[in-house]
Amino acid sequence: MPVIKNVTCPICGTFCDDIELTVKKNVVVDVKNACAMGEAKFLNYCNKHHRNLKPLIRKNGELVETSMSEAMKKSAQILTEASYPLLYGWSSTNCEAISVGLELAEEVGGIMDNTSSVCHGPSILSIQDLGISTCTLGQIRHRADLIVYWGSDPYSAHPRHLERYTAFTDGRFQPSEWKRYVSRLRGVTGKKKLERASELVLMEEVSVPPITGQIPPTLEMEKERKLIVIDVRKTRSAEFADYFVQVEPNKDYELLQAMRMLVKNEELEVDEVAGVPVDVLEKVVDVMIGCKFGILFFGVGLTMSTGKHRNIDAALALTRDLNYRTKFVIMPMRGHFNVTGANIVSTWQTGYPFSVDFSQGFPVYNPGETSAVDVLSRDETDAALVIASDPVANFPRIAAENLVKNPLIVIDPEKSATALMADIVLPSTFVGIETEGTAYRMDSVPLPLKKVVKPPKNCLPDEKILQRILREVRKLKKKARKT
Amino acid sequence: MEKMKVTLLSGRTINQGTGKEHGKTSKEYYESVAICEIDPDDLKVLGIKEGANVKISTKFGSVVVKTIESMRAPHPKIVYMPYGPWVNVIVNPKTHGTGMPSFKGIPAEIEASSPSDCVLNLQELLKQTFRKT
Repeated sequence: MPVIKNVTCPICGTFCDDIELTVKKNVVVDVKNACAMGEAKFLNYCNKHHRNLKPLIRKNGELVETSMSEAMKKSAQILTEASYPLLYGWSSTNCEAISVGLELAEEVGGIMDNTSSVCHGPSILSIQDLGISTCTLGQIRHRADLIVYWGSDPYSAHPRHLERYTAFTDGRFQPSEWKRYVSRLRGVTGKKKLERASELVLMEEVSVPPITGQIPPTLEMEKERKLIVIDVRKTRSAEFADYFVQVEPNKDYELLQAMRMLVKNEELEVDEVAGVPVDVLEKVVDVMIGCKFGILFFGVGLTMSTGKHRNIDAALALTRDLNYRTKFVIMPMRGHFNVTGANIVSTWQTGYPFSVDFSQGFPVYNPGETSAVDVLSRDETDAALVIASDPVANFPRIAAENLVKNPLIVIDPEKSATALMADIVLPSTFVGIETEGTAYRMDSVPLPLKKVVKPPKNCLPDEKILQRILREVRKLKKKARKT
Repeated sequence: MEKMKVTLLSGRTINQGTGKEHGKTSKEYYESVAICEIDPDDLKVLGIKEGANVKISTKFGSVVVKTIESMRAPHPKIVYMPYGPWVNVIVNPKTHGTGMPSFKGIPAEIEASSPSDCVLNLQELLKQTFRKT
């Protein structure tokens, strides 16, 4: 059976590129190196119960089968007739499709927004204000001796981040005590098993040598890579951390500013900040100042709670302050595998990374006004095209209600909550499994997506579907100009 | 019935991540998302057993989900729900001019649900919320 190596994983922003897939009769039958989410996707993507396999259109309140050309013509008509359509999603498709999507948004005078507006949108706002000192994940892997995760639980959201780039990996210039500890533990366990087996075979007692390396790295680590986790509850990632700081919900801003004061050698005249005792905070800040090269990874724990982009302002400023004492960088933990690509492609073509409004004939960018949740909550849009995303499941109730009450076109391989509520469903292929392309990892490194199997008969790549809708829209507009 | 004021957080869990890859209409997704993780001490105060249904209400709505005893305790008065349609019925849609709704740190109230309230599956929840099937 053919084994396809070096496949990129189309799930999270870590965008692992070492997946090995065994393919039998056009179906993935075995997955190596992937995390639980990656394995679940590669082994279940073709489950026909949860897959859109035919184009559907809503008639008399029910979704019924239709032809691809009919569904596309109807979609083009909806978008052309709408005065303020929303084109939303984009983070789980390839850059090629996003590029066509931007053209379509401009042609129909709509809003082009990607999922970063409900993910790291506030981070982008803040980065535009303050700038960011960052690097690629390879630098972290090989050089960083201090890893900080703030408001992020990589164990749950980016399962192989710790193993590939941070605490559990051995870098060229930065060894990992955890890695050695785990290897030692495996060795010792193997040795014990052998001894037990020889005892049983030889029927005599064999002396077991003393076990070395059983002290957890948290106790013996002095020179090795350290891990700090700051979160509102003790997440799974926090269990591996050398220091875990439990901050009260919605008080990250206070804690960040208090840490900035400590970095600047100022004194805190309180006993605790945001539920964290000041002496604990002093210890953590000492570790941050004492490292050679540190990285602060921050998750949506900062962007979604009170303060939003102001929390990121404080985190970026903390990194800037730390750079007066040592070398420190910062990086957002991006969620979808190509959300960074959605921002990058949008910036190439329009100048803005998300929430771009074309209704005036030129791109306008003002998150809070032109962002998907805001235009929907104010009930301003009159149609929507959703691609590679599930806003009905992921948006607050009022926004989702206003999304489904107007004509809704969905391009998705899966029967998502949004697809169930759609008026037109266009079945697409799984990018990174059935369609190739380009996507950007969370550190803005572009990597190729592979096509490992052939797609089902009626499913087309996102890029092709969008190109055909765009062609239909142009035809309709030309016709309207003539009449 | 005992009510408790709590802070509601929503976020990712590894089971939610794998559940969504099985399909949004799958049993795996339903079982991993239509839940809330509660501190064991809070469960005692509320007189609720693990696995029982609980009603969580905010200013923006209410939803019935299954309780799970949190493995991440202690986090008194903090209730955690995985991202998904069940929690998003009750999150704060205000974006404060940033585009980002408040998915975390929402004041909420929690109580044991009445026996007639059951946890709706995805299709039932969508029908109830959007009156569309």
